[in-house]
Amino acid sequence: MHGFANPARFLRLARWLMPLMLVPGLVMAFGALAWGLFMVPPDRLMGDTVRILFIHVPAAWLGMAGWSTIAISSVVELVWRHPLAAIAARAAAVPGAAFTAICLATGSIWARPTWGTWWVWDGRLTSFLVLLFLYLGYIALAGAAQKDAQAGGGASRVTAIFGLVGAINIPIINRSVVWWNSLHQPPSITMGKSSIDGTFLWPLLIAAVGFTLIFGGVVLARMRMLLADIQAEARLRRKAMA
Amino acid sequence: MSAIKPKHQRLVLLVVALIALVGAGLLAAFALRNQASYFYVPSELVAKPPEQGRAVRLGGMVEKGSIRTRPDGVTIDFTVGDGKARVPVRFTGITPDLFVEGSGVVAEGRMEGQTFVADNLLAKHDEKYVPREMKDMSAQQVKQVVAETK
Repeated sequence: MHGFANPARFLRLARWLMPLMLVPGLVMAFGALAWGLFMVPPDRLMGDTVRILFIHVPAAWLGMAGWSTIAISSVVELVWRHPLAAIAARAAAVPGAAFTAICLATGSIWARPTWGTWWVWDGRLTSFLVLLFLYLGYIALAGAAQKDAQAGGGASRVTAIFGLVGAINIPIINRSVVWWNSLHQPPSITMGKSSIDGTFLWPLLIAAVGFTLIFGGVVLARMRMLLADIQAEARLRRKAMA
Repeated sequence: MSAIKPKHQRLVLLVVALIALVGAGLLAAFALRNQASYFYVPSELVAKPPEQGRAVRLGGMVEKGSIRTRPDGVTIDFTVGDGKARVPVRFTGITPDLFVEGSGVVAEGRMEGQTFVADNLLAKHDEKYVPREMKDMSAQQVKQVVAETK
């Protein structure tokens, strides 16, 4: 793993891996969305509103996967001091926050016709809103820590610790519908079992894989951008010294 | 004794911190267990009735065949049950689309006597997603249809 501590080697890999993830990701995601929008039959109770499923569920999954990426990268950053881990954690924050916002927005739009309300303060909805606020806090903190580091201040370890502490919310989101009575229904897909009919499940799985590839591609793109930023900064400083 | 590598020291420190963090989180979640629930189920409401007139939420299944519309046309009476207890509910207004007998509901309102008077009804749907054409078919028929469309 420390072979990639050399950013040049990582950048070479990222350069061809990024389109390799983005292109099939876009094809799969939009194909599955078209499938879900035009070809899937309406649900027995919800009718046509069930089609929001194909964007709401992948967005929820990536909102949580995004913070898991931040948490795992933070562990690697704190323990092994891997230089790319910090970059990866910061790169995952913005797409993670975007998917979390998409999940909350589509969920709210879906709730109005089905449940009869835009928003309720039940366990699932509240813990997911907390996730969005955690993302916003993380992005602000990472930005401030970077400015501090550029000004010659201390390391950005605070950001990694925040990423790790925030991870406690992920199992809470996952278990919220089991621990507490909530308006949100319990999980449809559990270990090896699904109460989603196959006609809905296949486009949903393809959409989830597609959006995940897009997420991965965006994280790689942002990592390249952050590395380029650091290089430019270092070059400027050398020039200023000379 | 040789000195511990700093890498291992950091790992041990992190694991201890994580255990403390998860422990704190679990304790907090456990303490919230009853307070963070969005609604009472009928058996809780019957066993420990809240004060008359206090705003609470009641969630459960709308019992089959229990919905009765009053002569005024907008007031309905129905029973919410959870298999252990049942609570009669009265509601005046427009019900959400998914409010049907045998399905989940969350009613916001208060106890008045033995009746729960609801100001607002929220439909709670189950975790099943099934196409409309297949809902009345038996499992055998569904298999057949799926096989034909493949």
